[in-house]
Amino acid sequence: MEPGGMAQHDFLSQPVSMGTTIMAASYDGGVVMGADSRTSTGTYIANRATDKITPLTDSIYICRSGSAADTQNLSRYVQWFLEQHGMELGDEPEVKTAAKLAQMMAYQNKNFLQAGLIVAGWDKHEGGSVYAIPLGGTLVKTPFTIGGSGSAYIYGLCDKLWRPNMTEEECRAFVVKAVSHAMARDGSSGGCIRTVTISKDGVKRTFTPGDQVPVAAGELPPPQRAVPAQV
Amino acid sequence: MSGIGTGYDLSTGTFSPDGRVFQTDYAQKAVDNSGTVVGIRCKDGVVLGAEKLIISKMLEQHSNRRTFPADRHAGMAVAGVAADGRSVVSRAMAEANQYKSIYGEAIPGHVLAERLGSFMHLFNLYGGYRPYGVSALLATYGKEGPQLYLVEPSGVTYRYFGTAVGKGRQGAKNEIEKLKLGEMSCREGIQAVAKILHQVHDEEKGFEMELAWVCEESGRHFQRVPQQLADEAEAAAKAALEAEDMDD
Repeated sequence: MEPGGMAQHDFLSQPVSMGTTIMAASYDGGVVMGADSRTSTGTYIANRATDKITPLTDSIYICRSGSAADTQNLSRYVQWFLEQHGMELGDEPEVKTAAKLAQMMAYQNKNFLQAGLIVAGWDKHEGGSVYAIPLGGTLVKTPFTIGGSGSAYIYGLCDKLWRPNMTEEECRAFVVKAVSHAMARDGSSGGCIRTVTISKDGVKRTFTPGDQVPVAAGELPPPQRAVPAQV
Repeated sequence: MSGIGTGYDLSTGTFSPDGRVFQTDYAQKAVDNSGTVVGIRCKDGVVLGAEKLIISKMLEQHSNRRTFPADRHAGMAVAGVAADGRSVVSRAMAEANQYKSIYGEAIPGHVLAERLGSFMHLFNLYGGYRPYGVSALLATYGKEGPQLYLVEPSGVTYRYFGTAVGKGRQGAKNEIEKLKLGEMSCREGIQAVAKILHQVHDEEKGFEMELAWVCEESGRHFQRVPQQLADEAEAAAKAALEAEDMDD
């Protein structure tokens, strides 16, 4: 504490940031997107149940990492562009188009933004597809990708575990496992695990509460919920 | 000025009392007097053909083009004022380019047709402008398959199985209706178009035929039909017409 001053809390001056683990992986027939749920301002957890997997259209979603404000607003621009585009097209926009628009926003404003993005979804032309848009604003089509501060800890794991032509369930299990390992090592990732699965049949969401996240090696099991005393 | 109902044709800025914009009608007339332009959609692509009247014996072959690419997968044939046509084509190229750079995908036919329609329509709205004296046949081959559109000077757009504009349009349309377009390949299509253009050509002066297509054979790229193929088609068309004349 400074002499004669108030206690200095770092979260009062830090940006609201998603030190994050996000990922998306394609499987036979669609894509699974996954994310942790932690939003921090410095060391303070501003939101422990954040939804970082945001819809762009009915069948295209975006995983957001970096500044919460930047990525929220970027996503809303892309939502609007896609709505306009869908009307002119008279059809559902393609995942590629959504990714291109997000990339354009990220690249043209790169000096003002802190945004690492993953765009994924399903369309009738390409089926499921995943696009990575890292900090500089490159656009990379890839079978799977990981992002955010937590991803550094799981490159090896994901390279080892991902394989083509997984089933939906296998792919979702892979995503949950990878995100849980990142959450175990990365201080800026944590909370719950959200997944979004997109295929021709539509969108499915799952939610894994913090006390049910798979335990990584060496971790203590989560504390059990208090059981009311028997009378 | 004399009489009621006159003086309304000086600009597009005013309707006539019976609800017409005469300048727009006159633009359509400029197209109606042009050399015939034909477009048909076959099972594997679209064929465009233009009848180019030879205005001078000293004219080099292939000059005064009537067919132009607008993008890899799209191109057009213009009837009417050739200079206006170039301007419309250049807008089509710009639209196709811009669409691709924004959305990362080739512009679909109906979007390009509607955008060109909107563009041409603008020139029917202001007193200081005249409409384009051009009808443009637009051939595209994208994800939606092969498609043929017509954009008129008023800005109206249509999608056709086959159509014709210019002097010989009526005769050409009658002939197109007899074709079995759903069973016809573009190879057969160029011959049919060549035949129709020769059939409806009714002037002393000769004409040069320009053929372009976008089809499986061209790799879904819009291009002028290779000269050798075009010559073969024209020869076959002439032979077929002569054989029909013998029967008569």
